[in-house]
Amino acid sequence: MMEMTYRDAIREALREEMTRDERVMIMGEEVGVWGGSYAVTQGLMKEFGEKRVKDTPIAEGIIVGAGIGAAMGGLRPVCELMTINFGLLAADMLINHAAKLHYMFAGQIKVPLVVRSVGGGGRQLAATHSQSLEVLFAYVPGMKVVMPSTPYDAKGMLKAAIRDDNPVLFIEHSLLYPIKGDVPEGDYTVPLGVSDIKREGADVTIVAYSRMVHVALEAADRLATEGISAEVIDLRTLRPLDIQPLIESFKKTNHAIIVEEDWRTYGIGAEIACQVYEQAFDYLDAPIVRCAGLEVPMPYAKNLEALAIPGVGDVVRAAKELVG
Amino acid sequence: MRPNADRLILMYRNMVLIRKFEERSAGFYREGKIGGFLHLYIGEEAVGVGAIAALAPQDYIVTHYRDHGHAIARGLDPKALMAELLGRSTGVAGGKGGSMHLVDVSKGFWGGYGIVGGHIALATGLALASQYQDENRVTLCIFGDGSTNIGYFHESLNLASLWKLPVLYLCENNLYGMGTAVERASAVASMAEKACAYNIPAVRIDGMDTLKVFDATQRAIEHVRSGNGPYFIEAMCYRFPGHSMGDPERYRVKDEVDRYKQRDPIVAFGKQLEGDGVVDEADLERIEREVAQEMDAVASFADASPAPAPESMYDFIYAQSGTH
Repeated sequence: MMEMTYRDAIREALREEMTRDERVMIMGEEVGVWGGSYAVTQGLMKEFGEKRVKDTPIAEGIIVGAGIGAAMGGLRPVCELMTINFGLLAADMLINHAAKLHYMFAGQIKVPLVVRSVGGGGRQLAATHSQSLEVLFAYVPGMKVVMPSTPYDAKGMLKAAIRDDNPVLFIEHSLLYPIKGDVPEGDYTVPLGVSDIKREGADVTIVAYSRMVHVALEAADRLATEGISAEVIDLRTLRPLDIQPLIESFKKTNHAIIVEEDWRTYGIGAEIACQVYEQAFDYLDAPIVRCAGLEVPMPYAKNLEALAIPGVGDVVRAAKELVG
Repeated sequence: MRPNADRLILMYRNMVLIRKFEERSAGFYREGKIGGFLHLYIGEEAVGVGAIAALAPQDYIVTHYRDHGHAIARGLDPKALMAELLGRSTGVAGGKGGSMHLVDVSKGFWGGYGIVGGHIALATGLALASQYQDENRVTLCIFGDGSTNIGYFHESLNLASLWKLPVLYLCENNLYGMGTAVERASAVASMAEKACAYNIPAVRIDGMDTLKVFDATQRAIEHVRSGNGPYFIEAMCYRFPGHSMGDPERYRVKDEVDRYKQRDPIVAFGKQLEGDGVVDEADLERIEREVAQEMDAVASFADASPAPAPESMYDFIYAQSGTH
C-alpha cells in the first residue's frame, strides 16, 4: 500500500492501462500539452506521445463522437470532458449513440468507451460550471455511470471501466482531487456496479456517492460522539445500481438518509428512496430523509454556495431528528 | 479505371434491385406491415451504387436513415434487410433497429443512423481508429444536404482535416431537407463550398449519372487512401417519392418531379451500357425479370419470418465484457 491522491490514482490507472494495452488512448481539451485542466493527465503526452494522447479542439460533440467511432473501430478511448456541464454538448452522443448502438444493432457493434468528466460544485464557479448532472445519464439504459469517492476506488474502477466493453461515464469531483488514501501497488480493479460499505453502524444508514461520501463519513464521526452509530454506504456506481447492500443495511438500522449533491426533485435520492420502499417497506421506522442540493442555479457568492450544497451539519441534524 | 463488364452489369442489377426493393417495401408499408418511418431511395440509386462500387472490401460505410439503397449496394442480404423492415427476428438487427438502422459489420456496413448528422462524428472516429491501427482502410460517410447545417458536420470536418483522417464525406444533395429547399436552409448554395472552409478538397458532381459518381469516388478514395486526409463529394441528385411515406409534398411542384423522372438514373445507365455494347435490350429485360423474381422470394421470406421472441427484449443492452 502507498498513500496517494485521488488525482494521482486516476493518472496511475491511465498510465497502467496505456502501458498494458496499445489500444487505450486519451483525447480531450487540454489533456496533452497543458496536462489536463485539473492536471490529471499531466506527463502522459510526454510519456506516450501525441498519437496516444490527443489534444482536441473545443468541440464536445466530436470529442465524444470520435471516441465512439474509434471505440467501434477497435480502440479503447478515454475521452475527457472538462466538466460535466460541457458534457451537455455531447449528451446526444452519449444518450442517442453510445448507449444505444449495441442494442439497436443487435450486438454487432460494441462501444468500449470511457468518458471522464468532473461534476459537482464548491469552487465558486456559479450556475453553469457547478452542476451535478449524473442523473441525466444514469437514467439511460445502456450507459454505465461511475462516481468513485476514494483514491482506491478511483484507480480500481477506472481500470475496470477501461476494460469494460460498454460506454462508461466516469465522473470525478474537483474537490476530491487532493484527498489522499491508500492505494495498493500494482494492478487491481474494483468492479463496476457494486456498492461498498464505507463504515459500519447500527442506528441509521447514510447513503452517498462521490464527494458526499466524505460528508457522510464526517457526519458519522460526529454522530458517534453523541452515541449514534451510522452506517455509510457508497453507491460508487449509479448505473447499474447495486441496491442490495443498502437494503440489508436498512433492514438492520430501519432508518435511512440519502446525501446527494444533485437537486432533490427527480434526483438520485428519489430513486434510492423508492427502491427502499419497494423492497423493505416493512422495515421502515420513519420516512427516508434526503439531504440534497438546494433547487437553485448555483450562486457564485461563497456563503450562498455553501448553503446550497449539503454539508456535515445538515446530515448530523437530519440523523439526530431521525433517530435521536 | 472503368469497371469491367461483369461489374457494370452488377452495378446496373443493384440499381434495379434497390428500385424494386423500395417499391416492395412501400407496398408493405401501405399494408401496415412496416411501422415507423420509411424513407425510400428511389431516384438516388446512381449515387449509392456508383460510390459504393468504388470501395475496396476492407473499407467502411456509415450512413444516414435513408439507408436501404446503400445496404443493398454494399451486398447486404436483401432478405435480412426486408425482414428488418418488417421487424422480424431474421432481420439484420433481429428486429431491434428497423428501416433507419440497417447494419452488417461483417461487410463493413457500420449502420444507418437516424439522428441527423450524428453519424458524421462516428464515421470520423472510425477513420481515426483505422489511422491509429495503420489499416489500409477508408471510411465512406454518406449524409444529406440538410445535415451540413448541423454542428456535428463542422466539428467532424474540422477534426478530420486537422488530423488527416482517412474519411470520404459524400453529401447526397437531393435539394430538400425533408420539405425545406436547400436555399431556404443553407446560407451557402453549394455544400462543397463548406468543405473548403476546412481545407478539404471537394467536388460537385452529377449524382444522376452512375459512372460519373463512380469515377469521382474512385479518385477521391485514392486521395484518401494515400494518406492525404479527407475528401468531399457533393452529388447532385433527386428523390422521386416524398421524404418519407405520408409526405404531403407541399414544398415542390409536380413539374419539377416529372422533369427529374425524365432523367431516371436506372434508365440512363441502362442506355449507356447498351450504347457501349456491354448489354443489349434483352439483357436488361432479363435482369428486370430476375430481380422481380428475387424480390418475390425476399418478400415471402420476410413476411414468413417470426417476430422476435419476447425473451429477446433484454438482449444486448450491455455487451458482456471479457473480450478485452
